[in-house]
Amino acid sequence: MIASSRSPLIWVVHLSVILLVTLWTLPTAGLLISSLRDKDQLAVSGWWTALSTSSQNMTGRAASPETQIERDGKFVIAGNLLEGSDAKVSAFGFRPLQPTAFEVGAVADIGDGQTLTVKDDGSYEIVSPTRMEGTRGQRIFYTAAVPPRFTFDNYREVMRAAGIGASFINSLTVAIPATVIPILVAAFAAYALAWMKFPGRAILIAVVVGLLVVPLQMSLIPLLKLYNGVGAFFGVPAKTYVGIWLAHMGFGLPLAIYLLRNYMAGLPREIMESARVDGASDFDIFIKIILPLSFPALASFSIFQFLWTWNDLLVAMVFLGTGNDELVLTGRLVNLLGSRGGNWEILTASAFITIIVPLIVFFTLQRYLVRGLLAGSVKGG
Amino acid sequence: MQQLIFAIATMAAGVLGCAAYFFGTNWILDKLFPSKGLTGPVASRNLRITNAIRPWLFLGPALLSLTIYLIYPVIASVWLSLHDRAGENFVGLNNFIWMFNDGEFRQSIYNNFLWLLVVPAAATFFGLIIAALTDRIWWGNIAKTLIFMPMAISFVGASVIWKFIYDYRAEGTAQIGLLNAVVVYFGGTPEAWVTLPFWNNFFLMVILIWIQTGFAMVILSAALRGIPEETIEAAVIDGANGLQIFFKIMIPQMWGTIAVVWTTITILVLKVFDIVLAMTNGQWQSQVLANLMFDWMFRGGGDFGRGAAIAVIIMVLVIPIMIWNIRNAAKEMEGH
Repeated sequence: MIASSRSPLIWVVHLSVILLVTLWTLPTAGLLISSLRDKDQLAVSGWWTALSTSSQNMTGRAASPETQIERDGKFVIAGNLLEGSDAKVSAFGFRPLQPTAFEVGAVADIGDGQTLTVKDDGSYEIVSPTRMEGTRGQRIFYTAAVPPRFTFDNYREVMRAAGIGASFINSLTVAIPATVIPILVAAFAAYALAWMKFPGRAILIAVVVGLLVVPLQMSLIPLLKLYNGVGAFFGVPAKTYVGIWLAHMGFGLPLAIYLLRNYMAGLPREIMESARVDGASDFDIFIKIILPLSFPALASFSIFQFLWTWNDLLVAMVFLGTGNDELVLTGRLVNLLGSRGGNWEILTASAFITIIVPLIVFFTLQRYLVRGLLAGSVKGG
Repeated sequence: MQQLIFAIATMAAGVLGCAAYFFGTNWILDKLFPSKGLTGPVASRNLRITNAIRPWLFLGPALLSLTIYLIYPVIASVWLSLHDRAGENFVGLNNFIWMFNDGEFRQSIYNNFLWLLVVPAAATFFGLIIAALTDRIWWGNIAKTLIFMPMAISFVGASVIWKFIYDYRAEGTAQIGLLNAVVVYFGGTPEAWVTLPFWNNFFLMVILIWIQTGFAMVILSAALRGIPEETIEAAVIDGANGLQIFFKIMIPQMWGTIAVVWTTITILVLKVFDIVLAMTNGQWQSQVLANLMFDWMFRGGGDFGRGAAIAVIIMVLVIPIMIWNIRNAAKEMEGH
């Protein structure tokens, strides 16, 4: 490494890394930017144009003839198409097939001697020599240059209407206990496998290592049958939060035990021996010495388990169900992909809400995550 | 809100329950076979007994949970795979015979092998390149964090992110999907990428590569730093250039780690489910084993025999890696 830092090739390195980082972050950036854009703009232009003015074809309706006023012997309906927005109209028309037939300021003859004029600020005027009839206003098609607009409307919408708010609570309900409960169970087991002597220890360690890679798919059907059986036997629902917590604990335990055992086995033997000489039992040693010392490994595992339970779709769909009230965030997102597949304002905002919690965990606790990854895999090599 | 309070209460109860179990059983053990304050043969006998029992108290809950949630299901899945859809009548190998004659299953196997060929290789390759490059620049850690970030994103979230990139609008209208916008910019015609048979597999694989490269990078970066400086210095003195050092000195010293990264991602690929479900749900010939299995679990009320048979196939594909892992762990234990 020493030699290359002075080489002129270093600029190639800088450029390649910039390129790679851009490739890896652009997708997420696009999602975030899109979720903050106005939904009409999002639907017609790419998120990379978010900062530039976009040209949109829009439809408006003039005020109803009931609002007409008489002026200089003519009847006039006036108003503004762009009420409250700072867009600029560039062309307009009154037929759906010719939405841009007239330049702004031009006078369009819409029949019966009536004329329509739209100015660039969106104000329009319909002038008629006779009194106008009916209650529905004239439809006006126009093209407007809309300045970029960012809003939290999409988020408000999904939290309320799309059920993301309720699913957020469901996800928390699944993830927090499923992260905390296995820790103590795994820590005791890891200590036994690391420092206690008993017949069969090596086999148990081999079993744990083997179980690390057992595909979840193997467990689904038998456990579903088991849960249904238990539910029917005791007359309780088969799909409960308790059931999914226990399932997540079972699936997380091999990694937990493996990580913690490796960490504890690396602690210096002298600490334990001197404590034992002082008359401490294994239980005291574990509670008072090993557990506090193992904090980094416990933190690593908690982060893994939290990310895994929060991001999980399969276990939640099988053991918690797919009903509207039980859906966790990932399940809700899959549903929205089906039902609102074209509404990107809904999808981007929902997706961002589902990934924000893991991202916060990731950025604040990255150190422990890296340490856990290294302890979990480099050792094998 | 109410259910969150319920969750926290259960969590507290669970933790307290665990603590009560561990403290309680140990306390009872020490009361039944006291050794403190005693001397002579009784004390040493009691000490021996407690030392023999205590590990099992420590291991008890974990072993129970592993047995119920992993060991029993593996055996039960194999048993179910030899039975009919409700798991009642023995049908021998019929499920497996059906499977190998089923077009969708063969499609899934074929796709899974494509995934196995491409994803671990690409993720490891990019991970290695990025680890090597970021090691040489002052802002390498920032770059690594950004590339590592997708690790935290769920497969479903990542699928939405990429579905947005692959979004398709009819030719002539403004493309809001990045990929089609780029294609159109360079004069191509936009395509609905995920509906193109065969090629859509690769568009789905990109998502997993995007997520897993960070993992490969972190592990390989640590391995790169673990390479002894002397070996590199010696090569520099001998006049080796950067590329030669990388390929002839560094890579050979990292084979073990590369293998670990490769196998870890391989196992993940075999289980890939969320991405396919969210992107295509197996349409347009993009089916994979894990999604097919899920499908059969619930299709038409659920066919547990066929579902379990597909799960068994996934398991069989994992077994070589499992054996390799156990042998490595055993080797390491001997050195302990």
